[in-house]
Formats: sequence, structure tokens, C-alpha cells
Amino acid sequence: MTGVPVSWFLTLSAVLFVLGVCGFLFRRNIITVFMSIELMLNAVNLTFITFSYQLKQVNGHLFAFFVMVVAAAEAAVGLAIILTVFKNRNTLNIDEVNSMKN
Amino acid sequence: MQLWLIPILPLAGFVINGVFGRRFSKGLVGSVAIGSVVLAFAWALRVILALGDLNTPHVEHYFTWIQSGIVNIGCDFAVDRLTAVMLMVVTGIGSLIHIYATGYMAHEHGPNFGGYYRFFAYLNLFMFFMLTLVLAANYLVLFVGWEGVGLCSYLLIGFYFDKKFATNAGNKAFIVNRIGDFGFSLAMFLILINFKSLDFGTVFGQTAGASPTVLTTIGLLLLVGACGKSAQLPLYVWLPDAMAGPTPVSALIHAATMVTAGVYMCARSFPIYAHAPDALHAIALIGIVTACFAASIGLAQNDIKKVFAYSTVSQLGYMFVGVGCGAYSAGIFHLMTHAFFKALLFLGSGSVIHALSGEQDMRNMGGLRSKIPWTFGTMMCAALAISGFPFTSGFFSKDSILIAAYSYAPWMYWVGVITAGMTAFYVFRAMFMTFFGTYRGHEHPHESPPVMYLPLVVLAALSLGGGFIPIPEFLKQFFPPSPIEENFTLMAISVAFGLGGIGLAYVMYVLKPGMADSLAGSVKGLYTLVYNKYFVDEIYDAAVVRPLVSGSRTVLWKTLDAGLIDGIVNGVGTMSRSVGSLLRLPQSGNIRSYASWVLLGSVIVIVTVVGILGGVK
Amino acid sequence: MDVILFLVFAIIAVVCAINVVVQNHPISSAISLVGVMGSLAILYLLLGAEFIAAAQVIVYAGAIMVLFVFVIMLLNAGAETRKGRSLMVQAVGVPLAIALLGSLAFFVQRLYPRDMVHFGGFQGGSALAVGRALFTTYLLPFEITSILVLIAIVGAIVLARKELD
Repeated sequence: MTGVPVSWFLTLSAVLFVLGVCGFLFRRNIITVFMSIELMLNAVNLTFITFSYQLKQVNGHLFAFFVMVVAAAEAAVGLAIILTVFKNRNTLNIDEVNSMKN
Repeated sequence: MQLWLIPILPLAGFVINGVFGRRFSKGLVGSVAIGSVVLAFAWALRVILALGDLNTPHVEHYFTWIQSGIVNIGCDFAVDRLTAVMLMVVTGIGSLIHIYATGYMAHEHGPNFGGYYRFFAYLNLFMFFMLTLVLAANYLVLFVGWEGVGLCSYLLIGFYFDKKFATNAGNKAFIVNRIGDFGFSLAMFLILINFKSLDFGTVFGQTAGASPTVLTTIGLLLLVGACGKSAQLPLYVWLPDAMAGPTPVSALIHAATMVTAGVYMCARSFPIYAHAPDALHAIALIGIVTACFAASIGLAQNDIKKVFAYSTVSQLGYMFVGVGCGAYSAGIFHLMTHAFFKALLFLGSGSVIHALSGEQDMRNMGGLRSKIPWTFGTMMCAALAISGFPFTSGFFSKDSILIAAYSYAPWMYWVGVITAGMTAFYVFRAMFMTFFGTYRGHEHPHESPPVMYLPLVVLAALSLGGGFIPIPEFLKQFFPPSPIEENFTLMAISVAFGLGGIGLAYVMYVLKPGMADSLAGSVKGLYTLVYNKYFVDEIYDAAVVRPLVSGSRTVLWKTLDAGLIDGIVNGVGTMSRSVGSLLRLPQSGNIRSYASWVLLGSVIVIVTVVGILGGVK
Repeated sequence: MDVILFLVFAIIAVVCAINVVVQNHPISSAISLVGVMGSLAILYLLLGAEFIAAAQVIVYAGAIMVLFVFVIMLLNAGAETRKGRSLMVQAVGVPLAIALLGSLAFFVQRLYPRDMVHFGGFQGGSALAVGRALFTTYLLPFEITSILVLIAIVGAIVLARKELD
């Protein structure tokens, strides 16, 4: 067996994605939640590259590239927001950022 | 010919008095009111004289009012012989009563309720609607006038609107009229469906070929409308209560003009009735029964205006008998003479009431003939006319009806003759109680001013000599021929009954004043029954009014309106609120729960799209 | 050979990912995430995506994660205290996550049973190819993302500066 089945890559991507979702749902620290989001994005990137291989086209690479760029921008802004929230509320607990409740 | 001027002149009077009357002096208000009606009379006279013999109706079409499908109704006025008679009566008597009213209402309070100018404005408005009714060339324009006079009647009966009994009477008049109007509307619908038009000429041209059942139904429904407007059984109950209005109103509206609209309408529709003999029979039957019934009530009343009110109901019954027996011209002739002497009786009683500063109960009157001689003289002329004294106007008109009744159904003649006797009796009872004997009251009677008794003189002359105006010959060309032969025996019998009634009243009230009370005491039950108007009002109240009111209150108001409709509307609001509070729950402000929802949604989407629907292509 | 490479680095990736989710202290999570990204870069190389693999290591692991670490140090974020877990989230989230994983894996297996990946099977992932596509077909998104980055920079500066009082 010289090759790896494509479905294995996709399954790996699915596993990483679900792990990211779990981290997003079950962790209370904002920064950890953010990192879970980055994990999800990476999983999606893997999917893009895999399909690009399967279809023998370069477009998937371009998509992954743009995802990376946007993730960078989002990380920058998101962390800046976290800084501001921390400055105002002095907590990194996501459950306590709930002024929109009721 | 500018027929439209005839009703428009009083309408102009209404507008001027209504809008500016507050600032006018009493003289100016009166002049505008009287002037508009007198001008209308003059113009009507000119039109009639200029139109020649009026064998064919002169129609003027002004504008198309409704045009939709088969309904094509224009605003049309027409003048033919019947219209000519009615025009003269309405405008002539109207002018006299307007002149009288300026004197009668002179002490009306001014700016508080706008009494004086408001009265004349309403009176002019009434003239406008009545003239529209008379001049109409199709049923719908007639109905406009019909409803309009009902409205003005309501406004004028309830003129003293701070008195509860007056407003109640106005309501009663309007509501009872409405019942009649319902019948009239149904008749109009039937006419429209069957004849495709409401125009008199078109409809009457088609009646020859129409089915008798349809014509009979239309005739009966028109009769219902006429009963409401002309106060016949069973819809007469509003007329005696309508005496709550000022006396000129009673004279004009409830004696001479509005209540005759029903008779006019039936006479106008004679081509329909000519082919519906059952409906004609119903008209005659209702007429004679009403005449007798109302006369019997009038025997025991003590309020002078109520006596004449029941007398009006009774005389209207006579007119219906005339129409129902096929003697249309006799009926219209009696309409005209009745206008003369009944208006005179009412105006005269108004003069009496005015002389006694508001007293209306005849038991507090008496011996007034020396104190108010003009009123006494003129009223005596009217009393003679209504009793059918030979050669007065009432004699000619009533006798022609009775003779026609005899050839139609002899029992109607006999009932009519007995009623004539009762009529003579109660009218002269009123006269004797008021003018003879000694004065039983405490006021200082004074004669009315000339502006009030001069119209009375004119009306007295008409009551005595009006019989010689050749109306029946004039109308003979218009109506189908009727079997009125001169029959001296019948005439003599009816005159005898009339004179008998006068004599009996003389005996009971002048020669032996205590006889009436002792007679009443001996037939106490019967007397109570008659005195209380056979308890008809109470029966109506218990049988119709009370169930209707309580039904409305419990079913319509509480259940339907408050319960169902308010419930639905409020329910929508409540439901919105509860749905909203339900939808609020996911918005918890908790980021993680949002994520859970997103996750749930995405799982559902993935499973649905890829699994069930076979993937995205 | 490819299989062994794949398995090794896949397992490293999964273990690091689990670590990201499970660790208490954010800094441990951050380092684990770097590990994930590194192994993913190897897997990209296996798939013939040379440029992306390099970009992954340089941009993602080298810049973004460094940013994360800086922020963690700046905020002095300590270990997360174990307060009670929200039961509702656990009760709903765990089944959902398992359902998601199950459905994804199942569909993936069903749809692509046959295709294989060989190292070197795809030559079109070089910088040349990516660059060509980037500056011809995807020129517009490229320009727009540059503006996006500018906005992000400005936004980050505005948000994070000290108040001028």
C-alpha cells in the first residue's frame, strides 16, 4: 500500500475540527476558546489542501492561503478585543462576559 | 323648466339659516325661512301653469347618480298631475305654517341652544326633502326624500333635546320609521331585479306583463313602508308621541305633509297595484281598521294635541281606504282637504296652548271662546270640515271615499261611517271642552298675534271652501277610472252619523257636563283600556323592545363584541407576547450556548443535505 | 512510506489537539497548538502543497501563535480554576460533538472510498503555481485581503492602546 486514502486525511480533518468545537464549547478561558477557533481553521485548511490534491488543481491552495491571511487579521483584532475586555472586566472567564443576558 | 329650483330654495334657506342664523336677528331668520318657502310655492305655481294640461309627465334629468351593471339611476325630477297637487299642498301649507311659526316660536331661547334659527333651519331642510320626495321620478330619489323627511322629523320632534321624553319620542319615530323603510328597501330591490330599473316610467310600463305574485309582493312591501311613514297599524305608535315637538312641527310634518308621503307613494305606484288586487285589498283593510281603532282611542284622550294626533292616524286610514278601493283620486283629494283642516286644528290648538302659556290638558281649559275669538272661529271651521258637515271640504272628500268603499265592500262603508261619527264626536268634544263652559285653569288667556291667526283664517277659508276646488276631475285623467257614483242615500247616512256625533258631544259636554265622567265610571274597564291606548305601547315594549335590548346586551355586546372580537384582538397581542417571551429564551447572552445552537444547526444541515438529500452537486 | 509518515504526524496532531483542549494553563494550550500546526505542515508537504506548508510554519506557527503567547503573558493569565461545569452545555454539547464527528466521518468514507494520496502525486503546489494563480485569477481577493489586513492593523491598534487622559 503506497498511498494514503484521501478519506483518511478528511477524517483527520474532521477529528481536528470536532476537537476544536469541543474546546470552544467546554472551556471557559477566552484565550483557550480562541485557540480552539484557530484549531478549527487549521482543520478546514487541511480539507482544502486535500481536495486540491484530489482534483489536481491549485485553487484549494489559494483558498487555504486566504484563510490564513484572514485568520491572522482575525487573531489580531480578536486579541485586541480580549485585551479591552480584560481591561474593563478584569476577568477572562467567558461566562462572565454576559451583559447581553435577558 | 328648472324644476330643481323648487327644492333648492328651501335648501338654500336651510344653509343660510344654519350657518349664519346665529348672528341674524329673529326677523331676518324668519324672513329667510318664510321667503324661501314662499318663493318655492311661487315657482311651483309658475311651473304648473306653464306646463299646460300635464297629460304627459314633464321629466327633467339632471345627472346620472349610480351606474353599475344593470343599475342605472339618475337624479330625475318629474311633474305630472299628481305631483302638481302635492306641490301646491306642500308648498302652500308649508308657507302658511312657516308664517305661523315665526309668531309661535318667538319666545324661543336664543343663543343657548340656538333655538330660533335652528328650528327654521330644520324646517327648511324638511321642506327640501319633502319636495324632493314629491318631485322624484324614480324610487331611489323618492327614497332619499323619504329618509330625509324621517331625519327632519326626528330632529324636530326632539327639538327640545334637554327633555328626555322629547328625545325618546324622536328615537321612537325614527326607529319605527326604519322598520317601514326596511320593507320599502326590499320592495325596491324586487323592483330592480324584476324590472331592471327604478324609474317610474320604465317600471310602470312593464307592470302589465309581470307576474302577479311578484307584483303583489312588491305592493305589500311598499305598503309596509307606507305604514311606517303614514302611521298605520301596526307602526302608528310613533305619531302620538311625536306631539312632544313644537306645535308647528306637528301641524306641518305630522298632519299635512310627511305622513301623507305613504299615501302619495301608494298612489304613485298605482300601476303596480292595478295588477295586484290582493295588495290593494290589504291597503284598504289596514286603512279601515286603523281608522276605527285610532278614532276609538281619540275618544278618551285629555291632551288636546294627542286627540288630534289620533285623529290624524284615523284620517290617514281613510286615505288608505280610498287608495285601496281603487278610488285614488278620492284618496288624494282627502289628503289635500285633510291637510287644510288638520293643519288648522293643530295650529289652532297651538294658539290655545300659546294663549294659556303652555297648558295642554283640556281638563284645565274651558270657556275660552270669548277670550280667543279668532282661534275659536277658525277652529270651528276645521271641526265642521273634519266632521263632514255638508258642503265643507271634508264632506266632499270623505264622502267620495265612503261611497267608493261601499261599492268595494259594504262592511267597510259601515265601519267608515261609524268612524266618521266617532271622529265628529271626539273633535267636538275637544272643541266643547276647550271653548265652552267655564274656565277651569289659572292662566290669563290672551289672543295670539296676527302673524299667528292670519294663517288660521286662510286655512279656515280653505277648509270650508276647499271642497269646490276641482281636484278629483283634475286627477281623473291621471288615475285609472274608479267606480265613484254619486249616491245620495249613502251621503245622507254619513252626514247623519256626523251630525249625531256632534250632537252627542254637545249633550255630554255642554248640556250635562257631568255625564261624561259618570259614563266613564260605569264602563270602567273599557274606559281604562281605551284611555291607555289599548296598552299597545306596553305590549310592544314587552314583546319587542325588551327582548331586543336584553338580547343585544347579553349576546351581541357581552358575548360577541367584548368576548369574541375583543378577545381575538387582545388574544393576538397576548399571543405575540407569549411567543416573544418563548423566543427570548435562546438569547441568553451566553456565548457557549450560542455555539451549541450553531453546532446543532450545522449537524442538522449536514445530515439532511448529505445524507438524506444525497449531497450537493 | 507515505502511510507511516501520515500516521505518525496525524497522531502527533491529534494528541496535540487534545492537549490544546484539555490543558488548564493557556500557555500549555498555545505550545500544543504550535505542535499541531507543525505536524499539519508536514502533512501539507505530503500532499504536495509546498508553498502552503511554508506559509503555515512562517505565518501561523511563527507569527500568530507568537501573538497568542505575547497576549497570554501580557494578561498574566493563570491556570483556569475549576469551577463547576455548566451541565446543560455538557449534556447537549457532548452528544452533538459525537454526532458531528460521526456524521462527518461516515460521509467522508462513503463519498471517497477509492482515491489515494502519494507523495509527489501533485506537482502544482509550488510557489510558482500558487503565485501565478494568486496574481491572475485571484487578484481581486488578494487586493481586498491586503486592505483587510490594513483594517485589522488599525483596529488592533485602536482597540489596544491606553486611554489618553
